[in-house]
Amino acid sequence: MEQTTDQKLSIAGKTLNSRLLIGTSLYPNQQVMMDALAASGAEIVTVAVRRVSLDGGGESVFDLLKGKYHFLPNTAGCFTASDAVFTAELAREALETNWIKLEVIGDDETLFPDVEQLLLASEELVKKDFVVLAYCNDDPISCKKLEDLGCAAVMPLGAPIGSGMGIRNPYNLQIIREQCSVPLIVDAGVGTASDAAQAMEIGMDGILLNSAVAGARDPVRMAKAMRLGIESGRLAFEAGRIPRKLYASSSTSLNGMIDL
Amino acid sequence: MIAIIGGGICGLAIGWRLAQEGFSVTIVDKGKAGMEASWAAAGMLAPLIEAEHAEEMLLPLAIESRKRWPQFAAELENFTGINVDYRTEGTLQIALHRDDQEALEHRYSFFKKNNFEIEKLSGSQVKALQPHLSHNVTGGILSPEDHQVDNRLVVSALLKAFKKAGGILHENTEVDEICTNNGRVNGICMGGEKVVVEHLVLSAGAWSRNIPGIPKDARPPVRPLKGQMLALEMPSKMPLLDHVIWGPGNAIVSNIYLVPKSDGRLIIGATVEEMGYDTRITCGGLFELLRAGWEVLPSIYDLPVLSSWAGLRPASRDDAPILGPSGVDGLTIATGHHRNGILLAPITASEITAYITNQKVSPLIKPFQLNRFQKP
Repeated sequence: MEQTTDQKLSIAGKTLNSRLLIGTSLYPNQQVMMDALAASGAEIVTVAVRRVSLDGGGESVFDLLKGKYHFLPNTAGCFTASDAVFTAELAREALETNWIKLEVIGDDETLFPDVEQLLLASEELVKKDFVVLAYCNDDPISCKKLEDLGCAAVMPLGAPIGSGMGIRNPYNLQIIREQCSVPLIVDAGVGTASDAAQAMEIGMDGILLNSAVAGARDPVRMAKAMRLGIESGRLAFEAGRIPRKLYASSSTSLNGMIDL
Repeated sequence: MIAIIGGGICGLAIGWRLAQEGFSVTIVDKGKAGMEASWAAAGMLAPLIEAEHAEEMLLPLAIESRKRWPQFAAELENFTGINVDYRTEGTLQIALHRDDQEALEHRYSFFKKNNFEIEKLSGSQVKALQPHLSHNVTGGILSPEDHQVDNRLVVSALLKAFKKAGGILHENTEVDEICTNNGRVNGICMGGEKVVVEHLVLSAGAWSRNIPGIPKDARPPVRPLKGQMLALEMPSKMPLLDHVIWGPGNAIVSNIYLVPKSDGRLIIGATVEEMGYDTRITCGGLFELLRAGWEVLPSIYDLPVLSSWAGLRPASRDDAPILGPSGVDGLTIATGHHRNGILLAPITASEITAYITNQKVSPLIKPFQLNRFQKP
């Protein structure tokens, strides 16, 4: 689909026509996944490399998507910096990309990031010439630190991974937007299209999501809804919203009314 | 002669039906017949509880096959004397905490939207029905028509039935190549010899895609999808369950199921892993199965472990089977049954037999032809 917003998102020198990055897990099946990815308009797809064989006899997710999408491997399931660095290196080898979605998880139940380990891993991966897109808390301080370490994009969560709870702290995202100049991508928490639009209206540069589309009753339609929601939110951000007022102000002027 | 590549439950059932129709049938299996996915399965006949969103197209076929199961089982028993342990207690899906309960309600509304005959139960109703389940149960959905069968007995019975009906079985025999002439399949090469066939059925499960000689456009998009499972031994005087239980899963076990068999085995499955043809048992696999199984049924703690194994689901690209014409004369496809091979065996056998007999694709299998993947 033709991009109608003015400015394009660019990460590490790669210019993108879509502000949506989308995951490849949890779809009812591969056909639905491929149709949903196509409907989403996304160019970057995240893939888990751990625990997956690349050998599917021509039918693995890699076989099906190769050449059509830019792979962004992730470090899902890593709990320490060294584990994440190791996984990133495996991914670089297997998929021949130095891009990595860095996830260092602190706890099994909430899947919240472990900030200390995340910072350590980011520093090391940047040193090793990775393009690091770091999944992190919606905490302005750690986001700023990740930017300063040289991450190509900083990806604060809207709500816990897979929760579909939407943007729980829009004010933090606003502060992060004001403090950081790297691309900011909301990663995790989006449940439906308005959540994505809301994040974009705050000025986020993009959205990374998976469950909200994969788990929808009709993933292909939801993928399209997300594409439109993101585009709509971005347009609204670029257009600039009106100030809020408590009282009404008529859109039709009251001057010059006929005096009956 | 009609040859069938693959002696899993579908290949055997098709072979039996064709032999009954008077055809001369040979099944070729690369290993021992029925020892792959058909053996690894748990034998659930549960199209409703297993239904997934965006896969509603499978429902009419799956429900029709379920309807045919009692007759199929009875016929098998009559013909072979083997009782396949067809059990009718039903399947129960349960939730264990708040988020599960939300997910269960979501599923219930999906089931209701599809007019499933199911019943919603409270936590205490679930406990009354299956008292050994975790005291954390918050609620359940009972699907009384989702039955089960002992798939290993079915395989044994089908082997016997196929041979008794006059079928010939070649085990431990690789097909080196499928031979075509002028775009028509006319033979298979095995053991350095070419055997002429009038018709060939490809039902080689997870191996269906990679048999040499299949014309490119007729190669079914099927991949192996690994599932690890294990069997525990229930106390013979006190089976812990009689219903099939579905519970919340975790990382690599999207849903945990516990399936009690009449011989005292309690089957726990299954992981879902994209691992190619690797069928090794892993620590993580067993750990997640045991953890999720124990959360559902804490008293498994003391049960002896009988065995563990892994099988390869033949997963098509849209998880639905690929049935009927291949686009190549003389080659019929019956593969890609994913997790539904046992459930779909009766309908696969009868509809493929009907197709081979009269060359007409029945309305039931029409949506499941290979050509659905050949989008412009």
